[in-house]
Amino acid sequence: MKQLITFIKKEFHHILRDTRSMLVLIGLPIVQLLIFGFAITTEVRNANIAVLDNSKDEVTQGIITKIESSQYFDIDRSITSNDQIEKAFKSGKIKLAVIFQPNFQNELSHSNKAQLQIIADATDPNQATTLTNYLSSIVRDYQNELNRQNKLPYTINTETRMLYNPQLKGAYTSVPGVMGMILLLISAMMTSIAIVREKELGTMEILLVSPMKPWLVVISKVIPYFIISLINVATILILSVFVLGLPIEGSLFLLIASTVIYIFCALSLGILISTVTETQQAAMLISLLGLMLPVVMLSGYAFPIANMPTILQILSNLVPAKWYIIIIKNVMIKGIGIEQIWKELLILLAMTGTFLIISIKRFKIRL
Amino acid sequence: MNAIEVNNITKTYSTKKNTITAVDDVSFSVSEGELFGLIGPDGSGKTSIFRILTTVLLADKGTAKVMNLDVVKNYTSIRNIIGYMPGRFSLYQDLTVEENLNFFATIFNTTIQENYDLVADIYKQLEPFKTRRAGKLSGGMKQKLALSCALIHKPKILFLDEPTTGVDPVSRKEFWEMLKRLKAQGISILVSTPYMDEANLCDRIALIQTGKILEIDIPQNIVNRFDKNLYAVKSKSMFNLLNDLRAYSKTESCFAFGQYHHLVLNEEHPDMNELKSYLKDHTELEITQIKPNIEDRFMQLMRK
Repeated sequence: MKQLITFIKKEFHHILRDTRSMLVLIGLPIVQLLIFGFAITTEVRNANIAVLDNSKDEVTQGIITKIESSQYFDIDRSITSNDQIEKAFKSGKIKLAVIFQPNFQNELSHSNKAQLQIIADATDPNQATTLTNYLSSIVRDYQNELNRQNKLPYTINTETRMLYNPQLKGAYTSVPGVMGMILLLISAMMTSIAIVREKELGTMEILLVSPMKPWLVVISKVIPYFIISLINVATILILSVFVLGLPIEGSLFLLIASTVIYIFCALSLGILISTVTETQQAAMLISLLGLMLPVVMLSGYAFPIANMPTILQILSNLVPAKWYIIIIKNVMIKGIGIEQIWKELLILLAMTGTFLIISIKRFKIRL
Repeated sequence: MNAIEVNNITKTYSTKKNTITAVDDVSFSVSEGELFGLIGPDGSGKTSIFRILTTVLLADKGTAKVMNLDVVKNYTSIRNIIGYMPGRFSLYQDLTVEENLNFFATIFNTTIQENYDLVADIYKQLEPFKTRRAGKLSGGMKQKLALSCALIHKPKILFLDEPTTGVDPVSRKEFWEMLKRLKAQGISILVSTPYMDEANLCDRIALIQTGKILEIDIPQNIVNRFDKNLYAVKSKSMFNLLNDLRAYSKTESCFAFGQYHHLVLNEEHPDMNELKSYLKDHTELEITQIKPNIEDRFMQLMRK
């Protein structure tokens, strides 16, 4: 026991004395969470647009005022012709243009039909779709107001409600994603590097020629990173609740318990990596390419799994982060209890077991 | 009982292209309380022998025992009773001197206080630097710290793999004096070195070359087996001298040895005047008959 404590203390000395890795361990989660939470969002605000009003009547003015008063658009008033619109698109000055047909109000009141054209810069397709949707809904709102005045016999009103994330905040997807990524990075990559470092520096040779059992060496490597991971979970949760305004709907206990299972899974993966690599660089490369890429690509955090080719969908099942992100989304955002996530938890536990069994089989008691 | 017994150990390393025999049918034994030296150049298989004996490497063939314990079957027991200092500096560079020593003491279930008298001689020299990080120590200091760490649990046998490589001459001398003191305390020591001058400081030595043991004996006997006349030759132009001596018809061998060339002639009573006239073009010529040392014997064995 005393051996173990001294070893863990030594491990903390290594971590604390290396300021760079220390910064990575503690700072990275915070930075990532804030960047993904604030800076990188799919929400669009204050997009520059052009409005070409060929009619200049009461209705078009009404619509323009409505567009202007929304927080999504800024109208560039200097653009007054079709040519200018094209130039503005090419130079990237505007993201969207709205063109009213001549005699807009007349057409509307006499033939009950008027044309309004929306042109969007689709170099970024997601943004273009979002902007046209915003604009269409503004026009629809205006239309509804008109209809209320001169009652039509039949109308179908669609009423949309965004469940669990009414404001469509990006943080709702970024927080679970960042948790899945950071915990894997710290637990798996740092642990594997820490174990491989002993091999690379030759200290493993002395440790092997000592009464210290090799599996004790591994456990004492794992514990410090387990503690650091827990600290990171705490900072991520505190930041997401108080800074990003993301509520924890479900049970905090369940959330933390499933996170601990995920950390164990990542740690055992780290041990597995350390048994198959000989140098710190190799361990880092395997962790980065073999873990980070799948987590970003295949965990369903950045891209929806349902839209992937079948083979990638099958592969995504092997990524622990996929299951963890499902659990976190369910517990944290939807407030679902254990009855809905036990399957995912079992999968994580099974993965942990498999990693550990392979590691034990591969673990060398000699050089 | 012998402290170490090695019987017909063979170890090969295979790469994709070829197989290298690092240790080739090696047998030797070290008695208890003996200071035994493995003397040989780099790549002669010394480190492989150390790793096999310290249980971290498996031999392909042969058996080995340390304190009567089999290196394969009883490896856990062996790991409890030996002290090992690998050839490469293998302590934690980012820990201080004291932290390193404390760490290794705890790993071996002991404390610095408990065995302080054993390491006192060495550690006293390190004490002024005890808060310094191990990575910032000089080469000699590093080796002293590594020795302290290998000694702190009072091992029955010490395995020191090239402990003085890269260490200044003064520290080397000090280091060997420490080994003598440790031997006096009853610790058996197996040490390897590429420096022939250190061989004389061992009780017995094994000369090893390309994985094979050439000769095992006490240093004096090994030197005595050198049965030829040996001359130290010097002149102003040493490079030309070496070429000329090697071209001389009666030369058996000649190699550079510090400031002199060591020359062995293939006659029992050589005619020195003939040699001098052969070398008449050389200025400041100096030829003296000298006593052989271990390196001379090593070179002679290598030629066979």
